Amino acid sequence: MTSAHTTNQPLLQANNGFLSKVSLSLVLRHLRRVQPGLVLAWSIIGIVTLWAIAPEFFTSQSSTVGVAGAQLRAPSADHWLGTDALGRDLFARIVYGSVHSLSGAFIAVAVGLLIGTALGLIAGSVRGAVGDIIMRVVDVLLSIPNLFLSLSIIVLLGFGTINAAIAVGITSIARFARLARSEVIRVRQSDYVEAGFGSGGTFASVLWRHILPNSLTSVIALAALQFGFAILTISTLGFLGYGAPPPTPEWGLLIAEGRNYIARAWWLTAAPGIVVILVVLAANRISQSLGKARP
Amino acid sequence: MTAAKAMDRPVLEIDNLVIAYKDQDAFHSVVHGVSFAVRPGEVVALVGESGSGKTTTAQAVIGLLAENGRLESGAIRLNGTDISKWSQKQLDTIRGSKISLIPQDPTSSLNPVKTIGEQVGEILKIHGRGDKKAIEARVTELLARVGLSHPELRARQYPHELSGGMRQRVLIAIAIALEPALIIADEPTSALDVTVQKRILDLIDDLRREFNTAVLLVTHDLGVAADRANHLVVLQGGRIQERGPTAEVLSAPRSPYTRKLLADAPSLAKPQRVSKANTGSDEYAIVVENLVQDFPVKNGRETFRAVDGVSFRVRKGTTHAIVGESGSGKTTTARNVVAFQKPTSGRIVVDGADVTALRGENLRQFRRKIQLVYQNPFGSLDPLQSIFQIIEEPLLNFGRIAREDRTRKVHDILERVGLPESTLTRKPRALSGGQRQRVAIARALVLDPQVLVLDEAVSALDVTVQAQILGLLDELQQKLGLTYLFISHDLAVVRQIADTVSVLHDGRQVDSGTVEDVFLRPGSDYTRELIDAIPGTKTFALA
Repeated sequence: MTSAHTTNQPLLQANNGFLSKVSLSLVLRHLRRVQPGLVLAWSIIGIVTLWAIAPEFFTSQSSTVGVAGAQLRAPSADHWLGTDALGRDLFARIVYGSVHSLSGAFIAVAVGLLIGTALGLIAGSVRGAVGDIIMRVVDVLLSIPNLFLSLSIIVLLGFGTINAAIAVGITSIARFARLARSEVIRVRQSDYVEAGFGSGGTFASVLWRHILPNSLTSVIALAALQFGFAILTISTLGFLGYGAPPPTPEWGLLIAEGRNYIARAWWLTAAPGIVVILVVLAANRISQSLGKARP
Repeated sequence: MTAAKAMDRPVLEIDNLVIAYKDQDAFHSVVHGVSFAVRPGEVVALVGESGSGKTTTAQAVIGLLAENGRLESGAIRLNGTDISKWSQKQLDTIRGSKISLIPQDPTSSLNPVKTIGEQVGEILKIHGRGDKKAIEARVTELLARVGLSHPELRARQYPHELSGGMRQRVLIAIAIALEPALIIADEPTSALDVTVQKRILDLIDDLRREFNTAVLLVTHDLGVAADRANHLVVLQGGRIQERGPTAEVLSAPRSPYTRKLLADAPSLAKPQRVSKANTGSDEYAIVVENLVQDFPVKNGRETFRAVDGVSFRVRKGTTHAIVGESGSGKTTTARNVVAFQKPTSGRIVVDGADVTALRGENLRQFRRKIQLVYQNPFGSLDPLQSIFQIIEEPLLNFGRIAREDRTRKVHDILERVGLPESTLTRKPRALSGGQRQRVAIARALVLDPQVLVLDEAVSALDVTVQAQILGLLDELQQKLGLTYLFISHDLAVVRQIADTVSVLHDGRQVDSGTVEDVFLRPGSDYTRELIDAIPGTKTFALA
């Protein structure tokens, strides 16, 4: 530990000497350190986001109206990923479906992130009875299997994309709360938090200025991870019929509909399945890079 | 004749050693052509500040450079054989048997899940010295040799059951187990209290004499090197500044850097300060009476008394030091004074206000009067804030001050602590340890407090930086009339900066008075022991 510190020192000092060149060398270093996997992950998320914002730029076909006589076609120049049993273009359906999956995932992550982090922050900084009660509730949430919990919540709230997203979000509250609490407790013990109180800071101002920003790095990494997980779970719920009703081109629903024709038209299940897998993997990769970037 | 010749041949010869570390994609040299030799029975001290390459050089000798390190050129000759090109496997045969290492940190250098006996026995097992029974007997013998009481019992204990000094003794037992020709001691006592430090260094000295072992002592403490080494090698930025017999280097340093080190080393320099103990004003900034602090232990069934009846008064504009070893209650006292910890009983008055009665908003307002500067400048600054935000923060906590006023105030205080304006936009990690401590002092001063509590505020810094910060504190005190409560384990520093002093031992105040009184006429055996243990005093007395 100390030896590493000692030996790094001259390097740091050398850097300080070249302050004028720092910005240039920083850019060069970033260029040299480009990670192809991370670039790929960001481009996948970027493309899927563009699909959600402006699907009409990516396909001229309709996602809901089929072409008569063109059912269950194999992939071709006209229909890049073939057509389904009603003659609808599969590529168009995937492109138009991204808005449902992405917005669902966003709502799910937002619900988990906001409520979970708030609970964790309170539990970590107030402690005592309030903290204990919050954490026991979180333990109960954690002990219920995720899918089972989201199914029960959907049954309470009613079917639909938004409700499915909220249900998935609620299942992730426990995870966010746990992580946020442990980070808050770690940060709370540091000298700079005490110094914040020592220089006359009120509880709220120290919480806002020091504890929250320093606890968030890992929480944001978890949010990226949960984003992929939410897409997967929302697709699962769609597949089971708890999500958006037909003819919404939601990805999970696409897989479910394609399942009946798996022997004749395997691409109907494979293509949306691969898209879901790619987005989930991309979110994981991004989450990993965020987690590493802690100060 | 031959014996005399063998005595003369160096155990270790380092010849023009160049070591580089890989940073990003390029190799940067950090040790540039270092050469020296260590003869049997001799102690050679590598002295330097952090970043001087002293640890890197020592690591290279035993083949333990960090993964991004590389030996560029030069030779490392052990008894005449160049080992610099040896593979790790070849080095394994001499590590422990010919060269051994006493590491710096006794806490992290022992395996917490293995008993002491197993860990000492491991080196004997690796080098195939005897069967299980013989090894056990030898372990007991070694533990007794390094001065541990009840060696059989210790062999069955785990590291956490031993104190820091005892752990360091265990590490020494491992290092001498195979009676190596060379021991590398990398800051062997930096993590220990002074009295323990003295005993450990005495032990290394005894063992060296007994086995005629050569010792390569790596240290940042010129006092330790002056007391213990025959030869000094002074390193700066990976280059040898000066080397030669200790007495020669100390009495007639040739390089300006060595002269600066000698001037800055608190244990070697003469105190130049004019004491204000009796000339200060008659008003007291801090009055502590009969302070007692209990902590619950064993789930609240028992209490541990950390501070037991401490009393002292500090005149306005003077410096009072609280001195003691770890566990003496000095930090607890400081935390009581700044109201981070409510004392069990006793009275604390700071600038006329009874601290123990304060709570809520009154307590918050009280914080304008007294500020704490922490030991570790790496942990006391928020890594995400810029230096400007850090210094500005206390101003935001008290009333509405216009943005321009705040900016001006921050700039003023930054100039006062001697930092360039360009640092304002930077994050703490872009600053050196000394610069960070200046930022911490700036943050403490921005509210114009009357009292500054400095909790080991210079202990983590190199001697030259430490001397600068102490100079800054002195200057600020004269200009602003500040009162300091200076918490330290380092008596040498205390002698330099303080006017009055309290010596704590196990929570009790064993001595107090002006610095001259306590140092020249110590009132207790413990204080005398502390003063004797200051490294460098022997040499200083001789010079």
